[in-house]
Amino acid sequence: MQRRNLMKLAAATGGAALTGPALAACSASSGGSSDGELLLWTHSAGNEEELAVTDQIIDTFNSRQDAYTVKRESFPQGAYNDSVNAAALSGDLPDLLDVDGPNVPNWAWAGHLQPLDLPSELTDKFLPTALGVFQDQLYSVGHWEAACSIFARESVLEAANVRIPTMDEPWGREEFDEILQRLVTDGGYQWAIDFSTADIGEWYPYAYSPFLQSFGGDLIDRSSYLTAEGALNGDAAVEWGRWFQGMFTGGLSNMESPAGAEDFNQGAAALAFNGNWGALAAIDLYDDMLFLPPPDFGDGPKIGGGSWQWAVSAGADPAGANSWMETALSDEFVAEFANLTGLIPATESAADLTEHYRTDGDLRMMMDYSRAYAVLRPETPAYTVIASVFTKYAGDIIHGGDVAEALDAAVSEIDADIESNSGYGF
Amino acid sequence: MTTTALKHPAPARRLWVYLPMTILAGFFLFPIVFMVAASLKTDHQIFADMDSLRAFLPVGDVSFANYAAVFDRVPFWRFLGNTLFVTFMVTALGLVVNSMCGYALARMKWKGRGLVFGFIIATLILPFDTTIVPMVYLVANLPWIGFDGFRPVLEIGWLNSYHVQIVPFIVNAFTIFLFAQYFKSLPKGLEEAAAMDGAGWLRTYWRIIVPLSKPVFATVTILMVVTSPATWNAYLWPLMTVQSEELRPVMVGVQYFFQLDTSWGEVMAYISMITIPMVAVFIAFQRSFIQSIAGAGMKD
Repeated sequence: MQRRNLMKLAAATGGAALTGPALAACSASSGGSSDGELLLWTHSAGNEEELAVTDQIIDTFNSRQDAYTVKRESFPQGAYNDSVNAAALSGDLPDLLDVDGPNVPNWAWAGHLQPLDLPSELTDKFLPTALGVFQDQLYSVGHWEAACSIFARESVLEAANVRIPTMDEPWGREEFDEILQRLVTDGGYQWAIDFSTADIGEWYPYAYSPFLQSFGGDLIDRSSYLTAEGALNGDAAVEWGRWFQGMFTGGLSNMESPAGAEDFNQGAAALAFNGNWGALAAIDLYDDMLFLPPPDFGDGPKIGGGSWQWAVSAGADPAGANSWMETALSDEFVAEFANLTGLIPATESAADLTEHYRTDGDLRMMMDYSRAYAVLRPETPAYTVIASVFTKYAGDIIHGGDVAEALDAAVSEIDADIESNSGYGF
Repeated sequence: MTTTALKHPAPARRLWVYLPMTILAGFFLFPIVFMVAASLKTDHQIFADMDSLRAFLPVGDVSFANYAAVFDRVPFWRFLGNTLFVTFMVTALGLVVNSMCGYALARMKWKGRGLVFGFIIATLILPFDTTIVPMVYLVANLPWIGFDGFRPVLEIGWLNSYHVQIVPFIVNAFTIFLFAQYFKSLPKGLEEAAAMDGAGWLRTYWRIIVPLSKPVFATVTILMVVTSPATWNAYLWPLMTVQSEELRPVMVGVQYFFQLDTSWGEVMAYISMITIPMVAVFIAFQRSFIQSIAGAGMKD
């Protein structure tokens, strides 16, 4: 293997210590069985609903034709990326696999994936954030999308005399700050808003970086994808950092709030910033739930975009794999995933087939938020490092660290990684 | 101070000894007590009790529902069987191989013995995490003799198998060190007497040394079961080398419970189920374990 490919593999595995002569001949991809068997990996182990639909798709595909047989192997989500990277290292990748949206550019760049060959009339109807694109080529398509919103109770807002925001008229920064203060001082809540800060990991860039983008900053300069300078440590970013830090140091939000908006569920927090996957449980808990649009901090309301998507490994038989993708991406299965998991269907036509997301569905607004506000995490192979660096320094900011210093340090680490990987192809 | 006073200290003195020990024991027990208590509660109850002593008590909305749910989410008996099998094989083979290696290094005189011992000890400074990636690549390309029915076939690659979880972890530098240190403490006269009776090295090892070394065998058993990256706590290695659910161990199973909407009660129930066997092993071997660890640093 050439040095350049080794570097890609190292970057794809999150910078693990991959250098050394033992790796000198390794292959980064495999797949491609000659007997018509296609091996599929999914991150859904332990998730009965997702596995049930995946098995339905496989059964349908296997029964419709004789040339290929798909077999499934499931992995737990927390261990999935490591398993895929290890398989790439040992040349043991499956033919079909799912991939978290923000990882698509990294895996495509590392040579794990091949571009999809699907008809545009099929892919055009999917939400843009459900498509994994890297350097103008489509590598993955997802059945669903996720969206964050402000979880609130109508009775609580009415009691505090708070205006209920709409997509046409979301809360602005000053109004939002004043509401949070009022909910703590007058509403009798321990915390004004629950950010689930204990959910260390992808939640940080997914949930918190859209606030940064609404302030006018970003995780990286998307005009070049070669530096985070100015985007992550410019005036707008520093302003975001100070505002965000004030949430915690000012006593409006719990620095150590449990994952899954438990402060809100327990009645300790008046509001929560949470994903749509927690919506049905919240409706079960409170009969006056509202899912409100995020505030506009200057550059419009923003939320994170991009969830799990299906992709084809570099060594797979393209005909068989793309044929499976066409079967899998039918509205029937898109709707089935949404019905069983509560996640947002990735096509409008499938939404009409669902209970929660059809035009008059009780979670329809989540689909609207996704369409209107979703920002993809940066479509660059550097994202895996950007995500871990942002998580680290956002944690420092939450715990009272110097905002400008933290953001400068984050920029420095991200730029160093990009430079050491020769710009990741940009 | 008299010997009697040491054996039976005054009540006040006893209090000063036992009070801090009890408090310390409480600190160490808290996580386990919390784990078991939480495993009986709903998620809502767990978080509601979190800021009080109720977190450590099985009170409120308690049931065994989380334990029942564990069996719906993971193939528990399959995972447990895999872990027991791999743990047994690594430990049993490890006891034989490492004790013989330790014996050869401690009691047999041969050229280069010190150097070899030094090399083995030097490997202790390399954390497993730094060697795991080259190891994955290595085992992915190693040959193995498999069977197609009764016909032996040469296979390339150990991935996705039991042997990839067992073979690389049989030899363990730290346990070789422990065996060697313990064997050094045994009287040389025993071997000399055995030699005079015509016993060779192997017979001396098996008939004289092994029966006298039960404490170190017990210690190494516990250490291999608990601390080896391939036995009870195996996580990273099987994660990277085993793709089939049929071959997965219990620790990888923990990840099955972390979903977008994690059920913490189920997490605690599963962890309780995989912790209890380990606690039982420790209790069964604790006397030998403490004795041998205390003696491991001494030699004659």
